[in-house]
Amino acid sequence: MGWAIALHGGAGDIPRSLPPERRDPRLATLRRCLHLATAALRAGRPALDVVELVVREMEDCPHFNAGRGSVLTTDGTVEMEAAVMDGNTMRCGAVSGLSTVVNAVSLARLVMDKTPHIYLAFDGAEAFAREQGVMTKDPSHFITEENKERLRQAKEANRVQIDYTQPMKGQESQAPPKDDNSRIGTVGCVAIDSAGNLATATSTGGLVNKMVGRIGDTPVIGAGTYANRLCAVSATGKGEAIIRHTVARDVAAMMEHGGLSLQDAAARVVGGVPPGNVGLVAVSAAGEVSMVYNTTGMFRACATEGGHSEVAIWPDDVDDASC
Amino acid sequence: MARWAIAIHGGAGVDPNLPEHRQEEAKRVLARCLQVGVDALRGGAPALDVVEAVVRELETDPFFNSGRGSALTRLGTVEMEASIMDGRGRRCGAVSGVSTVKNPVSLARLVMDKSPHSYLAFDGAEEFAREQGLEVVDNSYFITEDNVDTLKLAKEANSILFDYRIPLGGSETCSAQAGSDNHSNGMVMNGLPISIYAPETVGCAVVDSNGFTAAATSTGGLMNKMTGRIGDSPLIGSGTYACDVCAVSCTGEGEAIIRSTLARDVAAVMEYRGAGLQEAVDYCVKERLDEGFAGLIAVSGTGEVAYGFNCTGMFRGCATEDGFMEVGIWE
Repeated sequence: MGWAIALHGGAGDIPRSLPPERRDPRLATLRRCLHLATAALRAGRPALDVVELVVREMEDCPHFNAGRGSVLTTDGTVEMEAAVMDGNTMRCGAVSGLSTVVNAVSLARLVMDKTPHIYLAFDGAEAFAREQGVMTKDPSHFITEENKERLRQAKEANRVQIDYTQPMKGQESQAPPKDDNSRIGTVGCVAIDSAGNLATATSTGGLVNKMVGRIGDTPVIGAGTYANRLCAVSATGKGEAIIRHTVARDVAAMMEHGGLSLQDAAARVVGGVPPGNVGLVAVSAAGEVSMVYNTTGMFRACATEGGHSEVAIWPDDVDDASC
Repeated sequence: MARWAIAIHGGAGVDPNLPEHRQEEAKRVLARCLQVGVDALRGGAPALDVVEAVVRELETDPFFNSGRGSALTRLGTVEMEASIMDGRGRRCGAVSGVSTVKNPVSLARLVMDKSPHSYLAFDGAEEFAREQGLEVVDNSYFITEDNVDTLKLAKEANSILFDYRIPLGGSETCSAQAGSDNHSNGMVMNGLPISIYAPETVGCAVVDSNGFTAAATSTGGLMNKMTGRIGDSPLIGSGTYACDVCAVSCTGEGEAIIRSTLARDVAAVMEYRGAGLQEAVDYCVKERLDEGFAGLIAVSGTGEVAYGFNCTGMFRGCATEDGFMEVGIWE
């Protein structure tokens, strides 16, 4: 038993040619978050606080598609969303359509803690943020030059682009595109603390060139985010596929109704979604960790009280991250 | 050939003191909408078209809380939401925060059919509706006198309740206080007396004679809800779900339905436990709902119908190909 933690920074077609200047800052953030979480869990912080803490840190990192660094809608705006769920009480909170809130995950937590509702969106969510006094910034704070360029390219290609997909021009030849704008997706974290509490949180800017008002899987409880007494799950990938497969809940449902182990349930759920669409991190009440994906790679990291820890992108680059 | 079946609902958690004439009216509306679905199914219409047509009927009738007659936000506005799911391929579409679209369920269908996404909300959803040329009306069309009065009551109840934002296990206390406000039955949802709760979401689940399933749900949400609040109705897996095995539409306390991913779980219990439809429905109502009040209707891919609820009554109706037809409110 003991505590365990797993986090992700998005799954997708992450090219092996990803240059060090795009890879290293993300790996560094994963490591930093892992250390942060490990220290918090060792200090006896509850799982719910730990997943919020980690996701805040990843939202603040402009290299991930959440918080600052969120990808842009077709209008060039940012609409962020997030969810958080506590496994033992199954209380949860979610937000969508945020344009000024620095840490969407913390607003989701406040929806859970301070309203009779679970899910607030757009103007109502922004008004609630102001009521609660959370930190807000001008929408321009979240918009990076890199994401403006990505939107321009996506519009040129005239399609909705999953955040880390290669631009169209690189498609005919398998050659890496000139301007490698491969990008990390959604961020998420799952944890079990030493008292046995499970929690999950997920946060995202969504898809490049998404329609204004588009909601993805991240804030939908049961799709991108789910936790109960058996496990906590955070998923990432193509939102529409994750919604229709109710990915996060299905891992728990297979354990609850089918008696599967976390590993088997996670593998079956990911295997049931068309290839290239989904990845997830999960922890179980027994302290198991699962990080599975059917994409080229997934930015991910995990650590357990037993001393196992890793940071990786592809299947074969697993680094021991022990500290 | 499979056998068709249809189930509809107009909300769970009925005021036990609902006047007789209102009960009769509810049954008339349910029977009329059910008949729309039965006729379409007899005519060979696909399940997806049938659930959309039936929910449109229910939305358009002001009796239930969806479309015209939707519950009001704290600000007295209407924010509607809906979703639809095609069991075949599990395609889905959903909308939230819709304020001028006459039939939100049809907008959800268009999100599914005509957009690259599965869920659009607020301004973006409204913009998409205009782009698609859907019928829009002024927000005041949806606001009924009854609901303006109910909102007033709800607001008064709020001032009586110490703080209804913190109902955690304390809902009995809330109801005791609210009881002084002539809601003597003491039933509460989300800390509000049931007669103020206006829970009459509408929904429909269908299997057609080709064995394809579909489900749709539409609602105005909670009376006196915060603006921007999203409930279970648009959430695939919570308020609405359809797959090869079954189709489900839920209603009731949205937050409890979301926590339990109620609609998906009926299917999951059938898939992973090998349960039959009614068995799965009973299991989910008993084991998956926590303290929340809710109900659901369901059809199986093989043409059965089932329903379940853990509160005082659910407006509902169902019919099957072999001639069974029923409309009811209480247990």
